[in-house]
Amino acid sequence: MFRIDFNKLRFLVCDDNPHMRRILRTLLHSFGAREVYEAEDGATALEMYTHYVPDIVITDWAMPIFDGIELAQMIRQPESKGNPYAPIIMLTGHSEKRRVTVARDAGVTEFLAKPISAKGLYQRILNVVANPRPFIKTKTYFGPDRRRNTSNTYIGPERRVGGEMEVMQQPSLIDKARSGI
Amino acid sequence: MSQNKPGDIEVKAFATHQMIMQPNPFRRALRRVADDDRDDPVARAEKALAGLSGEFKNWMTIEADRLSAAWDAICSDGFTEATRGELFRAAHDIKGDAATFGFPSAGAAANSLCRIIEHAPDLARVPQDLIMHHIDAVQAIVRQRTKLDTVAMASELSRSLRGIADEFLTKANRDRPEHLEAILAPSIVPAE
Repeated sequence: MFRIDFNKLRFLVCDDNPHMRRILRTLLHSFGAREVYEAEDGATALEMYTHYVPDIVITDWAMPIFDGIELAQMIRQPESKGNPYAPIIMLTGHSEKRRVTVARDAGVTEFLAKPISAKGLYQRILNVVANPRPFIKTKTYFGPDRRRNTSNTYIGPERRVGGEMEVMQQPSLIDKARSGI
Repeated sequence: MSQNKPGDIEVKAFATHQMIMQPNPFRRALRRVADDDRDDPVARAEKALAGLSGEFKNWMTIEADRLSAAWDAICSDGFTEATRGELFRAAHDIKGDAATFGFPSAGAAANSLCRIIEHAPDLARVPQDLIMHHIDAVQAIVRQRTKLDTVAMASELSRSLRGIADEFLTKANRDRPEHLEAILAPSIVPAE
Protein backbone atom coordinates (compact mmCIF):
# COMPACT_ATOMS: atom_id res chain seq x y z
CA MET A 1 0.00 0.00 0.00
CA PHE A 2 1.24 3.50 -0.84
CA ARG A 3 0.79 6.81 0.90
CA ILE A 4 1.61 10.26 -0.36
CA ASP A 5 4.17 12.34 1.48
CA PHE A 6 2.30 15.59 1.08
CA ASN A 7 5.10 17.50 2.72
CA LYS A 8 7.17 16.83 -0.40
CA LEU A 9 4.62 18.43 -2.69
CA ARG A 10 4.01 22.07 -3.46
CA PHE A 11 0.45 23.15 -4.26
CA LEU A 12 -1.04 26.17 -5.99
CA VAL A 13 -4.72 26.76 -5.24
CA CYS A 14 -6.64 29.17 -7.45
CA ASP A 15 -10.19 30.14 -6.49
CA ASP A 16 -11.82 33.56 -6.32
CA ASN A 17 -13.92 32.48 -3.36
CA PRO A 18 -12.07 32.99 -0.05
CA HIS A 19 -14.20 30.40 1.74
CA MET A 20 -13.35 27.70 -0.77
CA ARG A 21 -9.66 28.62 -0.56
CA ARG A 22 -9.86 28.25 3.22
CA ILE A 23 -11.46 24.82 2.86
CA LEU A 24 -8.87 23.69 0.34
CA ARG A 25 -6.03 24.97 2.49
CA THR A 26 -7.47 23.16 5.51
CA LEU A 27 -7.82 19.90 3.60
CA LEU A 28 -4.33 20.07 2.08
CA HIS A 29 -2.67 20.93 5.39
CA SER A 30 -4.59 18.08 7.03
CA PHE A 31 -3.26 15.71 4.39
CA GLY A 32 0.21 16.85 5.41
CA ALA A 33 1.03 19.53 2.83
CA ARG A 34 3.22 22.38 4.03
CA GLU A 35 3.54 24.46 0.92
CA VAL A 36 0.16 25.73 -0.28
CA TYR A 37 0.12 28.93 -2.31
CA GLU A 38 -3.14 30.71 -3.04
CA ALA A 39 -4.34 32.93 -5.87
CA GLU A 40 -7.74 34.56 -6.25
CA ASP A 41 -7.79 34.80 -10.02
CA GLY A 42 -6.22 33.22 -13.06
CA ALA A 43 -3.80 36.06 -13.77
CA THR A 44 -2.35 35.98 -10.27
CA ALA A 45 -2.22 32.20 -10.40
CA LEU A 46 -0.18 32.30 -13.60
CA GLU A 47 2.33 34.65 -12.01
CA MET A 48 2.57 32.44 -8.94
CA TYR A 49 2.86 29.37 -11.11
CA THR A 50 5.95 30.81 -12.77
CA HIS A 51 7.40 32.06 -9.52
CA TYR A 52 6.77 29.14 -7.16
CA VAL A 53 6.84 26.26 -9.67
CA PRO A 54 4.17 24.20 -7.91
CA ASP A 55 3.96 20.44 -8.35
CA ILE A 56 0.16 20.39 -8.52
CA VAL A 57 -2.37 23.08 -9.45
CA ILE A 58 -5.91 23.02 -8.11
CA THR A 59 -8.11 25.57 -9.83
CA ASP A 60 -11.69 26.72 -9.96
CA TRP A 61 -13.32 27.27 -13.35
CA ALA A 62 -15.43 30.44 -13.03
CA MET A 63 -13.22 33.35 -12.00
CA PRO A 64 -12.84 37.00 -13.00
CA ILE A 65 -10.08 38.34 -15.29
CA PHE A 66 -9.36 34.94 -16.78
CA ASP A 67 -10.83 31.69 -15.72
CA GLY A 68 -9.54 28.25 -14.88
CA ILE A 69 -9.77 27.01 -18.46
CA GLU A 70 -7.66 29.91 -19.71
CA LEU A 71 -5.21 29.28 -16.88
CA ALA A 72 -4.88 25.64 -17.95
CA GLN A 73 -4.37 26.67 -21.56
CA MET A 74 -1.63 29.12 -20.58
CA ILE A 75 0.15 26.54 -18.45
CA ARG A 76 -0.03 23.97 -21.25
CA GLN A 77 2.22 25.86 -23.62
CA PRO A 78 4.99 23.50 -24.70
CA GLU A 79 7.22 26.42 -25.70
CA SER A 80 6.75 28.37 -22.49
CA LYS A 81 9.51 29.01 -19.98
CA GLY A 82 7.55 27.43 -17.15
CA ASN A 83 6.74 23.80 -16.56
CA PRO A 84 3.92 22.81 -18.93
CA TYR A 85 3.56 19.35 -17.41
CA ALA A 86 2.24 20.04 -13.88
CA PRO A 87 -0.98 18.18 -13.08
CA ILE A 88 -4.02 20.47 -13.07
CA ILE A 89 -7.04 19.48 -11.00
CA MET A 90 -10.17 21.40 -11.99
CA LEU A 91 -12.39 21.82 -8.93
CA THR A 92 -15.64 23.37 -10.07
CA GLY A 93 -19.33 23.81 -9.51
CA HIS A 94 -19.92 22.93 -13.15
CA SER A 95 -21.51 19.54 -13.31
CA GLU A 96 -22.30 18.96 -16.96
CA LYS A 97 -20.55 16.33 -19.02
CA ARG A 98 -19.78 18.82 -21.80
CA ARG A 99 -17.81 20.86 -19.25
CA VAL A 100 -15.66 17.85 -18.46
CA THR A 101 -14.87 17.58 -22.16
CA VAL A 102 -13.97 21.27 -22.43
CA ALA A 103 -11.69 20.97 -19.37
CA ARG A 104 -10.06 17.83 -20.74
CA ASP A 105 -9.40 19.52 -24.08
CA ALA A 106 -7.79 22.47 -22.29
CA GLY A 107 -5.24 20.10 -20.75
CA VAL A 108 -6.81 19.58 -17.35
CA THR A 109 -5.57 16.39 -15.72
CA GLU A 110 -8.41 15.63 -13.30
CA PHE A 111 -11.94 17.00 -12.92
CA LEU A 112 -13.58 17.21 -9.51
CA ALA A 113 -17.15 18.50 -9.32
CA LYS A 114 -18.23 20.33 -6.19
CA PRO A 115 -19.38 19.80 -3.51
CA ILE A 116 -15.86 19.04 -2.43
CA SER A 117 -15.06 16.12 -0.14
CA ALA A 118 -11.82 15.13 1.53
CA LYS A 119 -12.02 11.72 -0.10
CA GLY A 120 -12.66 13.09 -3.58
CA LEU A 121 -9.76 15.52 -3.38
CA TYR A 122 -7.39 12.91 -1.95
CA GLN A 123 -8.26 10.44 -4.68
CA ARG A 124 -7.61 12.98 -7.44
CA ILE A 125 -4.25 13.90 -5.93
CA LEU A 126 -3.35 10.24 -5.45
CA ASN A 127 -4.20 9.62 -9.07
CA VAL A 128 -1.93 12.33 -10.44
CA VAL A 129 0.91 11.42 -8.09
CA ALA A 130 0.80 7.64 -8.46
CA ASN A 131 -0.44 7.31 -12.04
CA PRO A 132 0.87 10.18 -14.15
CA ARG A 133 -0.24 9.95 -17.76
CA PRO A 134 2.03 10.57 -20.73
CA PHE A 135 1.60 13.85 -22.55
CA ILE A 136 0.33 14.10 -26.09
CA LYS A 137 1.27 16.81 -28.52
CA THR A 138 -0.68 17.28 -31.73
CA LYS A 139 -1.29 20.27 -33.97
CA THR A 140 -4.22 21.32 -31.81
CA TYR A 141 -3.56 19.82 -28.40
CA PHE A 142 -0.85 19.63 -25.78
CA GLY A 143 -1.65 17.97 -22.49
CA PRO A 144 -2.08 14.72 -20.64
CA ASP A 145 -3.23 11.77 -22.71
CA ARG A 146 -7.00 12.16 -22.95
CA ARG A 147 -7.47 8.44 -23.50
CA ARG A 148 -7.53 6.50 -20.29
CA ASN A 149 -8.45 3.27 -22.00
CA THR A 150 -6.96 1.74 -25.10
CA SER A 151 -9.01 -0.01 -27.70
CA ASN A 152 -7.17 -1.77 -30.49
CA THR A 153 -10.43 -2.33 -32.31
CA TYR A 154 -11.45 1.34 -32.49
CA ILE A 155 -11.56 2.48 -36.12
CA GLY A 156 -13.46 5.77 -35.75
CA PRO A 157 -12.37 9.12 -37.16
CA GLU A 158 -10.44 10.09 -34.03
CA ARG A 159 -8.14 7.10 -34.08
CA ARG A 160 -4.52 8.11 -33.88
CA VAL A 161 -2.77 7.01 -37.03
CA GLY A 162 0.78 6.40 -38.03
CA GLY A 163 3.30 3.92 -36.79
CA GLU A 164 6.03 4.79 -34.41
CA MET A 165 8.76 6.60 -36.28
CA GLU A 166 11.55 6.68 -33.78
CA VAL A 167 12.30 7.33 -30.18
CA MET A 168 14.00 10.65 -29.65
CA GLN A 169 15.74 11.61 -26.46
CA GLN A 170 15.19 15.28 -25.85
CA PRO A 171 16.79 16.29 -22.59
CA SER A 172 16.45 19.92 -23.64
CA LEU A 173 12.72 19.66 -23.01
CA ILE A 174 13.24 18.76 -19.39
CA ASP A 175 15.71 21.58 -19.04
CA LYS A 176 13.01 23.86 -20.32
CA ALA A 177 10.36 22.31 -18.10
CA ARG A 178 12.36 22.87 -14.95
CA SER A 179 14.39 25.87 -15.94
CA GLY A 180 15.12 28.40 -13.31
CA ILE A 181 14.95 25.91 -10.43
CA MET B 1 9.64 18.38 -4.54
CA SER B 2 9.99 20.99 -7.21
CA GLN B 3 13.64 21.31 -6.30
CA ASN B 4 14.28 17.70 -7.30
CA LYS B 5 15.73 17.04 -10.70
CA PRO B 6 13.41 14.79 -12.67
CA GLY B 7 14.56 12.15 -15.10
CA ASP B 8 14.87 12.48 -18.85
CA ILE B 9 11.87 13.00 -21.03
CA GLU B 10 11.30 10.46 -23.77
CA VAL B 11 9.42 11.50 -26.88
CA LYS B 12 7.89 8.99 -29.26
CA ALA B 13 6.98 10.53 -32.58
CA PHE B 14 4.05 9.27 -34.60
CA ALA B 15 2.58 10.49 -37.85
CA THR B 16 -0.12 12.55 -36.18
CA HIS B 17 1.18 13.17 -32.69
CA GLN B 18 4.01 12.93 -30.24
CA MET B 19 3.79 10.99 -27.00
CA ILE B 20 5.91 12.52 -24.25
CA MET B 21 6.86 10.40 -21.26
CA GLN B 22 8.98 11.05 -18.26
CA PRO B 23 9.77 9.04 -15.16
CA ASN B 24 7.18 9.78 -12.49
CA PRO B 25 8.29 13.17 -11.12
CA PHE B 26 6.45 12.43 -7.87
CA ARG B 27 7.95 9.06 -7.07
CA ARG B 28 9.81 10.49 -4.09
CA ALA B 29 6.49 11.63 -2.64
CA LEU B 30 5.16 8.07 -2.70
CA ARG B 31 5.87 5.97 0.38
CA ARG B 32 5.11 2.30 0.81
CA VAL B 33 3.42 1.54 4.12
CA ALA B 34 2.28 -1.66 5.79
CA ASP B 35 -1.22 -2.82 4.92
CA ASP B 36 -2.26 -2.37 8.54
CA ASP B 37 -1.02 1.23 8.65
CA ARG B 38 -3.57 3.17 10.67
CA ASP B 39 -2.81 6.64 9.42
CA ASP B 40 -5.88 7.91 7.59
CA PRO B 41 -5.30 11.28 5.90
CA VAL B 42 -8.88 11.46 4.65
CA ALA B 43 -10.31 10.99 8.14
CA ARG B 44 -7.84 13.59 9.43
CA ALA B 45 -9.01 16.06 6.78
CA GLU B 46 -12.68 15.37 7.45
CA LYS B 47 -12.09 16.07 11.11
CA ALA B 48 -10.37 19.35 10.25
CA LEU B 49 -13.26 20.25 7.96
CA ALA B 50 -15.70 19.54 10.76
CA GLY B 51 -13.66 21.92 12.87
CA LEU B 52 -14.48 24.68 10.41
CA SER B 53 -18.21 23.95 10.41
CA GLY B 54 -18.92 26.54 13.08
CA GLU B 55 -18.16 29.18 10.46
CA PHE B 56 -20.29 27.73 7.68
CA LYS B 57 -23.52 29.55 8.54
CA ASN B 58 -21.72 32.88 8.54
CA TRP B 59 -19.96 32.08 5.27
CA MET B 60 -23.24 31.06 3.68
CA THR B 61 -24.87 34.31 4.81
CA ILE B 62 -22.03 36.25 3.18
CA GLU B 63 -22.47 34.26 -0.05
CA ALA B 64 -26.24 34.87 -0.06
CA ASP B 65 -25.73 38.58 0.53
CA ARG B 66 -23.22 38.69 -2.32
CA LEU B 67 -25.88 37.19 -4.59
CA SER B 68 -28.43 39.79 -3.50
CA ALA B 69 -25.90 42.57 -4.04
CA ALA B 70 -25.20 41.28 -7.55
CA TRP B 71 -28.92 41.41 -8.31
CA ASP B 72 -29.18 44.93 -6.86
CA ALA B 73 -26.42 46.02 -9.22
CA ILE B 74 -28.39 44.65 -12.17
CA CYS B 75 -31.53 46.44 -11.03
CA SER B 76 -29.47 49.61 -10.90
CA ASP B 77 -27.25 49.27 -13.99
CA GLY B 78 -28.98 46.66 -16.11
CA PHE B 79 -27.39 43.55 -17.57
CA THR B 80 -23.83 44.32 -18.59
CA GLU B 81 -21.00 41.86 -19.03
CA ALA B 82 -19.72 42.79 -15.56
CA THR B 83 -23.06 42.63 -13.72
CA ARG B 84 -24.10 39.43 -15.45
CA GLY B 85 -20.70 37.88 -14.68
CA GLU B 86 -20.89 38.75 -11.01
CA LEU B 87 -24.45 37.42 -10.70
CA PHE B 88 -23.39 34.19 -12.35
CA ARG B 89 -20.25 33.77 -10.23
CA ALA B 90 -22.16 34.51 -7.02
CA ALA B 91 -24.81 31.93 -7.89
CA HIS B 92 -22.22 29.49 -9.15
CA ASP B 93 -20.20 29.73 -5.94
CA ILE B 94 -23.32 28.98 -3.91
CA LYS B 95 -24.11 26.08 -6.20
CA GLY B 96 -20.67 24.63 -5.50
CA ASP B 97 -20.23 25.52 -1.85
CA ALA B 98 -23.67 25.28 -0.28
CA ALA B 99 -23.75 21.51 0.17
CA THR B 100 -20.34 21.59 1.86
CA PHE B 101 -21.65 24.30 4.17
CA GLY B 102 -24.75 22.25 5.02
CA PHE B 103 -27.24 24.06 2.74
CA PRO B 104 -27.81 21.68 -0.17
CA SER B 105 -31.21 23.17 -1.05
CA ALA B 106 -29.66 26.62 -1.39
CA GLY B 107 -27.16 25.03 -3.76
CA ALA B 108 -29.99 23.56 -5.82
CA ALA B 109 -31.78 26.92 -6.08
CA ALA B 110 -28.51 28.61 -7.07
CA ASN B 111 -27.92 25.93 -9.69
CA SER B 112 -31.33 26.65 -11.18
CA LEU B 113 -30.44 30.35 -11.33
CA CYS B 114 -27.11 29.54 -13.00
CA ARG B 115 -28.98 27.64 -15.69
CA ILE B 116 -31.21 30.64 -16.37
CA ILE B 117 -28.23 32.98 -16.65
CA GLU B 118 -26.35 30.58 -18.86
CA HIS B 119 -29.12 29.49 -21.20
CA ALA B 120 -31.68 32.32 -21.43
CA PRO B 121 -31.45 33.78 -24.96
CA ASP B 122 -31.88 37.31 -23.60
CA LEU B 123 -31.54 37.90 -19.86
CA ALA B 124 -33.27 41.25 -20.09
CA ARG B 125 -36.41 39.40 -21.22
CA VAL B 126 -36.40 36.86 -18.42
CA PRO B 127 -39.25 37.67 -16.03
CA GLN B 128 -37.64 39.53 -13.13
CA ASP B 129 -39.80 37.60 -10.68
CA LEU B 130 -38.22 34.35 -11.81
CA ILE B 131 -34.73 35.58 -10.93
CA MET B 132 -35.87 37.30 -7.74
CA HIS B 133 -37.65 34.18 -6.50
CA HIS B 134 -34.42 32.22 -6.80
CA ILE B 135 -32.49 34.83 -4.84
CA ASP B 136 -35.21 35.09 -2.21
CA ALA B 137 -35.24 31.31 -1.91
CA VAL B 138 -31.49 31.20 -1.28
CA GLN B 139 -31.81 33.93 1.35
CA ALA B 140 -34.76 32.20 3.03
CA ILE B 141 -33.09 28.80 3.11
CA VAL B 142 -29.93 30.26 4.62
CA ARG B 143 -31.63 32.43 7.22
CA GLN B 144 -34.37 29.98 8.26
CA ARG B 145 -32.20 26.92 8.52
CA THR B 146 -32.46 26.59 12.27
CA LYS B 147 -36.17 25.80 12.09
CA LEU B 148 -36.63 22.05 12.10
CA ASP B 149 -39.53 22.06 9.65
CA THR B 150 -37.69 23.99 6.97
CA VAL B 151 -35.50 21.22 5.57
CA ALA B 152 -38.26 19.53 3.60
CA MET B 153 -39.75 22.91 2.69
CA ALA B 154 -36.40 24.15 1.40
CA SER B 155 -35.99 21.07 -0.72
CA GLU B 156 -39.51 21.43 -2.14
CA LEU B 157 -38.93 25.13 -2.80
CA SER B 158 -35.76 24.43 -4.76
CA ARG B 159 -37.41 21.63 -6.70
CA SER B 160 -40.36 23.87 -7.64
CA LEU B 161 -38.10 26.69 -8.78
CA ARG B 162 -36.06 24.29 -10.89
CA GLY B 163 -39.24 23.02 -12.52
CA ILE B 164 -40.44 26.52 -13.37
CA ALA B 165 -37.00 27.59 -14.60
CA ASP B 166 -36.63 24.48 -16.77
CA GLU B 167 -40.06 25.02 -18.30
CA PHE B 168 -39.13 28.59 -19.14
CA LEU B 169 -35.74 27.61 -20.57
CA THR B 170 -37.15 24.76 -22.62
CA LYS B 171 -39.64 27.08 -24.27
CA ALA B 172 -37.17 29.92 -24.71
CA ASN B 173 -34.61 27.62 -26.35
CA ARG B 174 -36.92 25.62 -28.59
CA ASP B 175 -35.03 26.97 -31.62
CA ARG B 176 -31.59 26.61 -30.04
CA PRO B 177 -30.86 22.87 -30.01
CA GLU B 178 -27.38 23.18 -28.49
CA HIS B 179 -28.82 24.94 -25.43
CA LEU B 180 -31.79 22.62 -25.28
CA GLU B 181 -29.45 19.65 -25.22
CA ALA B 182 -27.43 21.20 -22.41
CA ILE B 183 -30.56 22.01 -20.42
CA LEU B 184 -31.86 18.47 -20.68
CA ALA B 185 -28.50 16.74 -20.16
CA PRO B 186 -28.11 14.87 -16.87
CA SER B 187 -25.69 16.16 -14.25
CA ILE B 188 -22.48 14.27 -13.49
CA VAL B 189 -23.14 14.87 -9.79
CA PRO B 190 -25.38 11.95 -8.78
CA ALA B 191 -27.25 13.66 -5.96
CA GLU B 192 -28.04 16.79 -7.96
